[in-house]
Amino acid sequence: MLKVENLVVNYGVIQALKGISFEVNKGEVIALIGANGAGKTTTLQTISGMLTPASGQVLLNDVDITKVPGHKIVSMGLAHVPEGRRVFPGLTVLENLKMGAYTRSNKTEIADTYEKVYESFPRLKERQNQLAGTLSGGEQQMLAMGRALMSNPSIVLMDEPSMGLSPIYVDEIFNIIQSISDAGTTVLLVEQNAKKALAIADRAYVLETGNIVLSGDAKQLMNDDSIKKAYLGE
Amino acid sequence: MGFLTYLINGLSLGSVYALIALGYTMVYGIAKMLNFAHGDVIMIGAYVVFMTMSNTGLPIPIAIILSIICCTVLGMVIEKIAYAPLRKATNLAVLITAIGVSYFLQNIALMIFGSNPVSFTSVISWEGLSFAGGQLRITGNAIVTIVVCLVIMAALMWFVKYTKPGQAMRAVSEDRDAAMLMGINVNATISLTFAIGSGLAAIAGALLCSSYPSLTPYTGSMPGIKAFTAAVFGGIGSIPGALVGGLLLGIIEILAKAYISSQLADAIVFAVLIIVLLVKPTGILGKQIKEKV
Repeated sequence: MLKVENLVVNYGVIQALKGISFEVNKGEVIALIGANGAGKTTTLQTISGMLTPASGQVLLNDVDITKVPGHKIVSMGLAHVPEGRRVFPGLTVLENLKMGAYTRSNKTEIADTYEKVYESFPRLKERQNQLAGTLSGGEQQMLAMGRALMSNPSIVLMDEPSMGLSPIYVDEIFNIIQSISDAGTTVLLVEQNAKKALAIADRAYVLETGNIVLSGDAKQLMNDDSIKKAYLGE
Repeated sequence: MGFLTYLINGLSLGSVYALIALGYTMVYGIAKMLNFAHGDVIMIGAYVVFMTMSNTGLPIPIAIILSIICCTVLGMVIEKIAYAPLRKATNLAVLITAIGVSYFLQNIALMIFGSNPVSFTSVISWEGLSFAGGQLRITGNAIVTIVVCLVIMAALMWFVKYTKPGQAMRAVSEDRDAAMLMGINVNATISLTFAIGSGLAAIAGALLCSSYPSLTPYTGSMPGIKAFTAAVFGGIGSIPGALVGGLLLGIIEILAKAYISSQLADAIVFAVLIIVLLVKPTGILGKQIKEKV
């Protein structure tokens, strides 16, 4: 479904990604783990068109989207829940969700998606007329995820969804990611919480300073000694 | 009766400020920049009306529509050529560019129209209304200016709240990157904002010169600065703020001229601005700046 080939991204003279390649198949949950500054966020931002790569390719359903402007990628079925949630603070919860469906025009289908999103996030329905900026961190994360789902994507990129949340919310967020996947949506998950990420992922890639150093079955990686030492704190 | 007349004149001048302030406030809200060339777009708009009326004999509404079209295109071209390449540059670079564009427009106008003032014929031929046996007269200019301003303001607020491009504008103003991730074309949205602001500047130019008929290449400069002040006064980035700021500024200016001193009027206007900003730094209707968690 999503294929990244030899992706190189530079910030000025600094090479953030040094030619990474990976693949996400339909229906999978793929975790991208690694320390701060490894290039995880850069990878997601390049896929969704926020950054332009120096070289390499991003293929979505075999279509080269490397040069497609960012705002056109959403309607191709790819949604991105950005790092730090980035909800629109001055808009209400409902207006935020409406923005998520910006590229869609069929009103009945959109109404249908509202139902689904409210079903997954009952709290958003309770707070639909509240300004997004007044929500708690966990609620904002739910809103950011709900907003991404409003575009009815076939693949969702999630950047650090558990960052800065209380343990209860972290569990809830991971449950929701699991249910998004169960509903048939492909997930590419970037996380610092490697333990949680590997627990729900099918496969994982480990990024280290711009290179993929390890990849494989998530359950196997969980038992890998070097992973345990570096990322699981065991 | 004198006070009422001043008040209505103040509202009329304030309506023009409000229309100009809209251009500043929308561009600031959405593109996060101060377009100091905005005042000069007003001047160009007024010249287009003047030239059309005096050279072609076309009816007034056609002259105004032509002026709106010219200014809309001019605004979009300025944005595309001068500001869009600086989208990732520092604020200071953009500000200096805007000042440069302002002088550029003034000098172009000097080359074409010369520095001698031309006498602008009012686009409103209606005499106005007379009350209390002629003691209170409201000019047609004042009435039309106030009504046009209120109608445009209402239309714009509706546009931003209920139409798709309007919602895109709100999203871009809140968070440009997140808006892009929603599928919103950020560049097109910014361009649209310039188009609307500049189109309104054309209307403001025609109304301003109908009340103050001496037109020179520098005509837009002072009202531009005043309207910018009005936008800050009301809370920059806020559309109702532009209305409140513009009207208050117009009323204060006219009352200060009438009762205190016409030389000191501008100083008084800016003194009030300073006091308001000391008490409420975001302006009267300004949004609270939220701390990011």
